[in-house]
Amino acid sequence: MTLLYSEVEEELRSSVRGLLADRCPPAAVLKRVESEPYDLDLWKTLAGEIGVAGLLIPEELGGAGASASEAAVVLEELGRAVAPVPFFTSAVLATQALLPTRDALLGELAEGRKTAALAVSFTASPYAPGRGSSVTVDGDGRLSGTVTGVAGAEVADVLLVPVGGDLYAVEGASVEVVPSLDLTRPVATVTFEQAQGRRVGGCDLAAVLGFGAGLLASEQLGVAEWCLETTLAYVKERHQFARPVGSFQSIKHRLADLWLDVVRARAAARNAVADASSISVAVAQSWNAGVAVHAAEEALQLHGGIGMTWEHPVHLYLKRAKATELALGTPGDHREALASLVDVPGPS
Amino acid sequence: MNEAEIKERVAAFLGEHDPSGDRLEFLRARFDAGLAWVWFPEGLGGLAAPRELQQVVERELADTPQINGGKQGIGLGMAAPTILAFGTEEQKRRFLRPLWTGEEIWCQLFSEPGAGSDLATLATRAVRDGDEWVVDGQKVWTSGAHHSRWAILVTRTDPDVPKHRGLTYFVCDMQAPGVEVRPLRQITGEAEFNEVFLTGVRLSDDLRLGEVGDGWRVAQTTLMNERVAIGGAPTRRGGGVMATVLSAWREHPELRTHDLHGRLLSLWVEAEVTRLSGARLREQLAAGQPGPEGSGMKLSFARLNQALTGLDVELRRDLGYDDWAFRRSEDVDFYGRGPGYRYLRAKGNSIEGGTSEILRNIISERVLGLPSEPRVDKDVPWKDLPR
Ligand SMILES: Cc1cc2nc3c(=O)[nH]c(=O)nc-3n(C[C@H](O)[C@H](O)[C@H](O)COP(=O)(O)OP(=O)(O)OC[C@H]3O[C@@H](n4cnc5c(N)ncnc54)[C@H](O)[C@@H]3O)c2cc1C
Repeated sequence: MTLLYSEVEEELRSSVRGLLADRCPPAAVLKRVESEPYDLDLWKTLAGEIGVAGLLIPEELGGAGASASEAAVVLEELGRAVAPVPFFTSAVLATQALLPTRDALLGELAEGRKTAALAVSFTASPYAPGRGSSVTVDGDGRLSGTVTGVAGAEVADVLLVPVGGDLYAVEGASVEVVPSLDLTRPVATVTFEQAQGRRVGGCDLAAVLGFGAGLLASEQLGVAEWCLETTLAYVKERHQFARPVGSFQSIKHRLADLWLDVVRARAAARNAVADASSISVAVAQSWNAGVAVHAAEEALQLHGGIGMTWEHPVHLYLKRAKATELALGTPGDHREALASLVDVPGPS
Repeated sequence: MNEAEIKERVAAFLGEHDPSGDRLEFLRARFDAGLAWVWFPEGLGGLAAPRELQQVVERELADTPQINGGKQGIGLGMAAPTILAFGTEEQKRRFLRPLWTGEEIWCQLFSEPGAGSDLATLATRAVRDGDEWVVDGQKVWTSGAHHSRWAILVTRTDPDVPKHRGLTYFVCDMQAPGVEVRPLRQITGEAEFNEVFLTGVRLSDDLRLGEVGDGWRVAQTTLMNERVAIGGAPTRRGGGVMATVLSAWREHPELRTHDLHGRLLSLWVEAEVTRLSGARLREQLAAGQPGPEGSGMKLSFARLNQALTGLDVELRRDLGYDDWAFRRSEDVDFYGRGPGYRYLRAKGNSIEGGTSEILRNIISERVLGLPSEPRVDKDVPWKDLPR
């Protein structure tokens, strides 16, 4: 087991980073967030040319047969770019739910011909997997009910709906995007009215959400890294009192502390993929979610007035960070889970 | 060399040396077999093997006589890597073996009353006299000087050049005439550190480490290793001081509150991510020397240890203290002592080996590349500096 990156991972990283630098600079993301945030052309290229959509899918089912640790590197890069593409929702969450069924849909997802979303609230967690969902299924396999706060639903061709331990594929539900804190990954209310579902197999939803939470730590790491690097560059450039503001010790010390938080977030994210136990996942989420928010808040503060504007991209990162802090379990939820996982019982 | 080969070596070694025999003989033999520091060169306690294999050796030899890491800390963590990097063949052969076995304890004569964080302003003079150097000055906060056989020492050999350039590094014979050690009682009640007065101490030139005037560079090697030694030691999950707090927590359900529970879990997570980044750093280090990144480990270790020991006292609701006797302690004993001692001793973690403020300066300038603050002492000969 290693916590370092392999050569293959670094190669994958550089091709994703190169593409994103070209096609998805923060200015471009900013421009589209209020109308059509998702960049589906970019998604097509990522899926088709780099093959990221099929990373977690075994070769015999049409995917690349890579591991969670490669998907994690892609997530770091997508986090650094707050890229509005459905990688996390389709290629990680929905794919992971579908994998045990070995359904033919996996092949289509792998090629990026279709995109899926798991019809689960983004604020559900491994400890409360049903949060936000009232969906039931009748004797004819018809689904009714709503799920609130679903990420990636509006760009999904197929919704995968877990109901009582089974997974149904549904096309044609009502998806209503609501104004969302995270502009780059909006959430929607999904409503099923006697929608015909196809049962694709069983689903251990808590396990799927746990897997997703472990990988989300890598996206959070990417968000934090961008915030730190961008702020470092800014405080070296920006002069006040005839000196770069980054030469003032109070600023330097804050950035040194932030760096240390990010260093530890990297170790936590790597560990969550090297050893995907519940403990590693809970540790990574309790730490990385907070670090991403803190990094974005520090970035905003240290940019001064410009940080508070719409035209500077730091707000996109703050919104993404704050939203992922709530996604798949808050840091507090994960710490509470640790109490029993590592035998630190609370007061009776 | 790989894991299987090193295991074979250890097995062969155990076949020839009985761990239940004489402790010192066993440790000496272990050094000679290259199983002290496997990444050191052959003949010097190592096998020139990859550093990560040391863990394998430690595991395989866990039930045999061990060195005393607490008492030997300065020798193992600081003197040894510096001697390895800058010593002559003769010095390496003379010093490394008894250093590792613990037959000779080391201390560090760096800090002075007028030179702490700004170590390069130090004033202890060394003047050449034929094949010898004559040393005069005063050092302070010298941990373990009272039981040390040797010291690593930084001196000023040229007062006419700017402060970093006129320093020379020595190994100091703590039994030489003119070395006087006086205990300093510390916050815990006992005397772990000392003042050391050096008056006309004669050191032969073959005790010099590195070139004349190159002492700052040699000292940097010591300091970087020191920070990794303090902060980067491998621990297990929930180990170290955390383990002590956790066992108190588990044994005393009546003392638990929701507030303490929340804080304890947050610290548990912080301890775990710190442990993981230490493991990651060691993987990176496996090839090279520690860089400024090691400062981060020391910084997080200090913060954590202080937060944990403070919480521990609070959790136990115990206003007692185990022992205020003015003793000459042999090592830093975090586990054999009470929570009050741990709380007070941990306060030194953000001061010893470079303060947390200085470590943040190092990280921000050397790792993050932020501009340094304006310097008033640059290019000024040391003798002209205001002190
Ligand atoms: C328990 C213990 C054991 C020790 N053992 C040894 C030993 O064995 N050998 C040895 O040589 N030394 C030893 N030391 C000394 C230790 O290395 C020094 O105490 C330390 O480097 C700080 O120096 P100082 O005490 O002179 O504080 P000062 O340098 O005077 O610092 C005072 C305060 O000012 C801050 N400060 C200073 N400069 C800056 C700056 N540029 N930016 C921001 N803040 C600054 C410091 O962080 C500190 O808070 C030990 C210290 C302790 C506490």
